[in-house]
Amino acid sequence: MTDLLGLAYWAETSIKLGVALIVIPTAALMLGYLFLLKMMAFMQSRLGPQDVGPYGTLQLIADAVKFLQKEDIHPAAADRRVFRAAPVVVLASSFLLFVVLPTGPDAVVENLDTGIFYAMAVSSLSVLGVLMAGWASANKYALLGGLRAAGQLIAYELPLILAVMGVVIQADSLNLQQIVRAQAEGEIFGFGLIGNPFILTQFVGFLIFMIAAQAELTQTPFDMPVAETELVGGFHVEYTGFRFLLFFMAEVATAFAFSALATVMFLGGWWIPGFDFDAPVLNVLGPVVMLVKILLVAFIIFWIRFTYPRLREDQLQKFAWKVLIPLSLANIVVTGIFKVVL
Amino acid sequence: MSPPPTASALREQQAYVAAQAADARVNVELDTGDMTLNIGPQHPATHGTLRIACQLDGEQVISAEPLMGYMHRGYEKLCEVRTYPQCTTLINRIDWLGSFANEVPFILAAEQLMGVEAPPRAQWIRTILFELSRIANVSLFLGDMGVQVGALTPVFFAFRDRERVLNQIEEVTGGRFHPNFDRIGGLKDDIPRGWIAETHAVMAKMRGFCDEMEDLLMGNEIFQTRCRSVGVIPGDVALSYGLSGANLRASGVDWDLRRDANPGLAWDQVDWRVWTHPDGDSFARYWVRLQETREATKIVDQLLDGIPSGPIMAKVPRIIKVPAGEAYVSTENPLGEMGYYVVSKGGLGPFRVKIRTPSFSNISVVPWVMRGTYVPDIITILGSLYFILGDIDR
Repeated sequence: MTDLLGLAYWAETSIKLGVALIVIPTAALMLGYLFLLKMMAFMQSRLGPQDVGPYGTLQLIADAVKFLQKEDIHPAAADRRVFRAAPVVVLASSFLLFVVLPTGPDAVVENLDTGIFYAMAVSSLSVLGVLMAGWASANKYALLGGLRAAGQLIAYELPLILAVMGVVIQADSLNLQQIVRAQAEGEIFGFGLIGNPFILTQFVGFLIFMIAAQAELTQTPFDMPVAETELVGGFHVEYTGFRFLLFFMAEVATAFAFSALATVMFLGGWWIPGFDFDAPVLNVLGPVVMLVKILLVAFIIFWIRFTYPRLREDQLQKFAWKVLIPLSLANIVVTGIFKVVL
Repeated sequence: MSPPPTASALREQQAYVAAQAADARVNVELDTGDMTLNIGPQHPATHGTLRIACQLDGEQVISAEPLMGYMHRGYEKLCEVRTYPQCTTLINRIDWLGSFANEVPFILAAEQLMGVEAPPRAQWIRTILFELSRIANVSLFLGDMGVQVGALTPVFFAFRDRERVLNQIEEVTGGRFHPNFDRIGGLKDDIPRGWIAETHAVMAKMRGFCDEMEDLLMGNEIFQTRCRSVGVIPGDVALSYGLSGANLRASGVDWDLRRDANPGLAWDQVDWRVWTHPDGDSFARYWVRLQETREATKIVDQLLDGIPSGPIMAKVPRIIKVPAGEAYVSTENPLGEMGYYVVSKGGLGPFRVKIRTPSFSNISVVPWVMRGTYVPDIITILGSLYFILGDIDR
């Protein structure tokens, strides 16, 4: 969007802010409705919400209104300032993720040269917020949840970054737009019609990325920080009303952002086969293509969430250090060899 | 007496114990402080109001003590001021998921004191309803165990399919949860027309449900990692703590009151087997219950085809007076051995009733089995021991 309209800096910035303020809650609502409410219900032989709006589409908005009406409770022993800041930190981390997501040749809020590096960095910020929430709540369940989140960070952040490394090596760039371009212009054994979505060459990386993203998002096989049946909600057990809503929104919005990252890095991003890479029409069609692919990836994330039981913390560590990290290192080595040889 | 655990299970157990020891060593070296964590009385995993006072070091459990009594309803005392037929209304509510099964041993004890025996048709229908309440009870466990380890979906399947069994129970007795159907000397009513064919269909559905759980949950890698070698109770320990039912059979002890001490019900008329598992861990307890549910559907199927004709009520006086004496009758209830020790002084109601409930004894092993495990394992073990709170506190 940088030079798209030729606007002054302040006008451009306020437009970007407005877009972000609309896009992120919309994304959270969409995923929340489609997957958390409806898909979960169908998988569990229930109907899901029916009454609020057509097919229950407005259920989450009704829920949000309900949350706004709730009393904002601070536990007596809580560290009030940290307790209040924690949900904002978590939400900020997912807001920052949206900054670099490209949805068209010009439709990107900020085309950073170190886009993927930045995305990986800000996504781990949310753990800070979780730890703050767990510590400040002055609740033993919350504390256990927060510490589990911190312990989990070490286990999954490494494979996540190492999985991304393979893509970066193959695309020769940390810039997300360049990664999309590399996929669009690549070819598979001389057959370049659909480009080269990196899922074909980096399928190991894709697998590791999805598993690690599941942990990053605290979705079910790795939802020990939340662990509803053990820690009764973990780090957000003491939160009520709007602050809980912030946690909820951050969780779903981050799921959206991570699906978008996976789409950009592995599924060819917004590019449509047959179009010129810089064709202006892709600024309109790109977001649609992105959305379809994002929903596809998010479907996988939530599908796994509703199917699998939860691992134990030490089992996750074992799995990460003994399987994921060696596998992703091997993936980097193999990618590097191919890069040099071919 | 009990066969040794399988070699792979033994290896996993040793690895788990070694990890526990290593963690305990680190905790001692770092001199980390203890933390008391009260799990319950309001905690989703205790499905009721059980409280477990845990002493934690990090995530490792140093000691765990179950504290009960939050739902004590004084049934033993209440029975003393009621007539025998009135008692069954209360007794229904002890193990509220398998309520018909609660009535049977009490009625049998009263019948034994009166010297009455129910006619064969009543005995067969009793056995069918008994097994149906077992299926209704244990099938919920099969799904609920998923929730305990974090999988949300199976429990909804369990609720969906259990509803079919409850419908069958309701068609006969008029009550889904609390039938209050068993009478001294027989049953209140005969089974309705068309019920046998419907129940056959439901049993086929329940076998499908068991297959589904086997695919969805029991065969799942993560479920097995979470449950195997967690909460191992060897056979001799299980016996010394008075465990009964599937918890005992999962420790490799071949013990089933339906076969060993049949109090006159129709179990000896059909072909079935007792399932045991040598490992004694949470997975074994799940496995045994799954097999038993399947076995129960087969028992019901066979019983349905062979219900004898005849009356459903023996000759009993309109006002029931039980002659003086004592009787203890126990049956193999869905949760384990449930027994009633009834003392009569010849009045309209019992002089004293002692209720031996399976969950109370099953939960007594918690301090022994929880030592050294981790916080998530507390929930797995509690889930796999499978207690009903009304059955602990009565």
